[in-house]
Amino acid sequence: MTVTTHPPKRATTAASGDNRYKILEATMRRQQHQPDALIEVLHKTQELFGFLSPDLLTYIARSLHLPLSRVYGVATFYHFFSLAPPGEHTCTVCLGTACYVKGAAALLAEAEQIAGVKAGNTTPDHQLTIATARCLGACGIAPAVVFDGNVVGRLTRDEIVARVCALLEKLPEIRVKLE
Amino acid sequence: MIEHIVMRDQDVPNIADFGVYMRHGGYEALRRAFTAMTPAEVVALVKDAGLRGRGGAGFPTGVKWGFLPQGVFPRYLLCNCDESEPGTFNNHQIIDRNPHQLIEGVAISAYAIECHTAYIYARGEFATAARTLEHAVQQAYAAGFLGKNILGTGYDLDIHVHRGAGAYICGEETALMESLEGKIGQPRLKPPFPAVAGLYGKPTIINNVETLANVPRILEKGVEWYRSFGTEKSPGTKVFSLSGHVNRPGNYEIPFGLPLHDLIYSPEYGGGMKNDRPVKIVIPGGASAPWLTGEQLDVTLDYEALAKAGTMLGSGAVIVLNDTVSAPHLAYKMDEFFKHESCGKCTPCREGTYFLTKVLHRMTEEALARPEDIGTLKDVYTQMAGNCFCLLGESAVMPIKSALRLFPHEFDELIARGKPKTGLISIDLQPMKRDMSPV
Repeated sequence: MTVTTHPPKRATTAASGDNRYKILEATMRRQQHQPDALIEVLHKTQELFGFLSPDLLTYIARSLHLPLSRVYGVATFYHFFSLAPPGEHTCTVCLGTACYVKGAAALLAEAEQIAGVKAGNTTPDHQLTIATARCLGACGIAPAVVFDGNVVGRLTRDEIVARVCALLEKLPEIRVKLE
Repeated sequence: MIEHIVMRDQDVPNIADFGVYMRHGGYEALRRAFTAMTPAEVVALVKDAGLRGRGGAGFPTGVKWGFLPQGVFPRYLLCNCDESEPGTFNNHQIIDRNPHQLIEGVAISAYAIECHTAYIYARGEFATAARTLEHAVQQAYAAGFLGKNILGTGYDLDIHVHRGAGAYICGEETALMESLEGKIGQPRLKPPFPAVAGLYGKPTIINNVETLANVPRILEKGVEWYRSFGTEKSPGTKVFSLSGHVNRPGNYEIPFGLPLHDLIYSPEYGGGMKNDRPVKIVIPGGASAPWLTGEQLDVTLDYEALAKAGTMLGSGAVIVLNDTVSAPHLAYKMDEFFKHESCGKCTPCREGTYFLTKVLHRMTEEALARPEDIGTLKDVYTQMAGNCFCLLGESAVMPIKSALRLFPHEFDELIARGKPKTGLISIDLQPMKRDMSPV
């Protein structure tokens, strides 16, 4: 995707030839460009583009006749929306109460150690994003971790090491030296 | 074997499928309500059955429906499926297993309050559940149970499935309405209450998934049958989400009034504690509920008994913890959740959760507890309690308040240990403070 630095006018963006803009435009048309469809439009945008770039937010603001501050406010308020491009893979460790008492903090520490980045960050090669969740509602299978959208329950330290290594195409022996 | 109301037909394979649901008496209650009953009769039936809101407050549903002002239209029905309370996972399972039961419940309830548009607000993380619901709604439209002139009665109803985007606060009813309107999910001032001025300023009723899933069965089997479950004041059943250090965590539908001990130890439900360790803490209603100790397992699981024990039934998320859990650490982790989810609208909550978390972090993770910390914590939560804009701030007080009340000696231990002897803190107490240099 090539994204221009300056927010283009609505017509220009839709006519950019990028098919995703056409799908986005169709979504907004179906909602009759109503301002209250903002969250649904943001969902669709993130689904199409992977994240919400500044010019996409501007584009949505113009299309829905909303001030950019309002669109930016909503995009940053909800945890689901991301303003930065995610890594190729994601690993989200649940830190809810039930997962925490079953050792989720240790799982997160393992994942952070292998990836070499703290939770909320992406590895420099854009392979993996380590994230945390507050409660996935999967307390029955605690501790739970989401790998690329798939919830895996009753995870052990060895399993998370193996899975994160597999996502990074890395051998388990190679750990980042800490301390 | 206890009969199931909410998780009915749970042993039937593929009950989520429209055809299978129809063969098991699906949409029969809807047909009866729409063709043979007036809206007022449906409201009266639900009121007589004593159905109480399962979202946390336990308010009688039929009474709530009666709050709508006469003759003001349009009005809306919202189904709250923003299940985000830590430890709660029953709504998700109800939708996954049997989405049509919920849709039937929503449709009958919408008919009862005479509204023509209903929204199901699914939590942002429930992408699969939202898709399941959308698919089920389409099937109901195709079969003529939704849309224009349903079953030739002249009644119109549209159901929309709306996805949230990850915010605990949107489970609060007014924040949910703000979110539905495409805004930041911050709660509104009450009054006016949603029944008077809710979504788009119109009268609105908000019910939990589990509450609405009860409605079809009440219509099918009647008030007396429904009241044969549970207690006098808490009729029916409740799906409890059992998690923590038990052998068999999961969702269990049981009639109100079962002792907590049975839920944890009965082989049918929790199956006892892992490795036979003793119960130290039970959180009976999600993160917002005050804690119970291992000595209070005789309490029965219904609204009144739990309120008497100084806690609440809440969302029915029972988290059972054994003696390996440190109360201050647990309080810290739970307050961290509330700090993260505070919407930032009012100062007591925004700043209070920040201070609680900060002090608790220093006491637990940094092992630098000071004697005056206890006073600071008490000072902060006293200023929060009763002064927050919505219930999130009030709930954030519960973990630390319970921990200080039930396990004061653990805080004293932290303080005794926290005095730095050599000016250094032992490394093993701060595992998260390592340098995370990139590869």
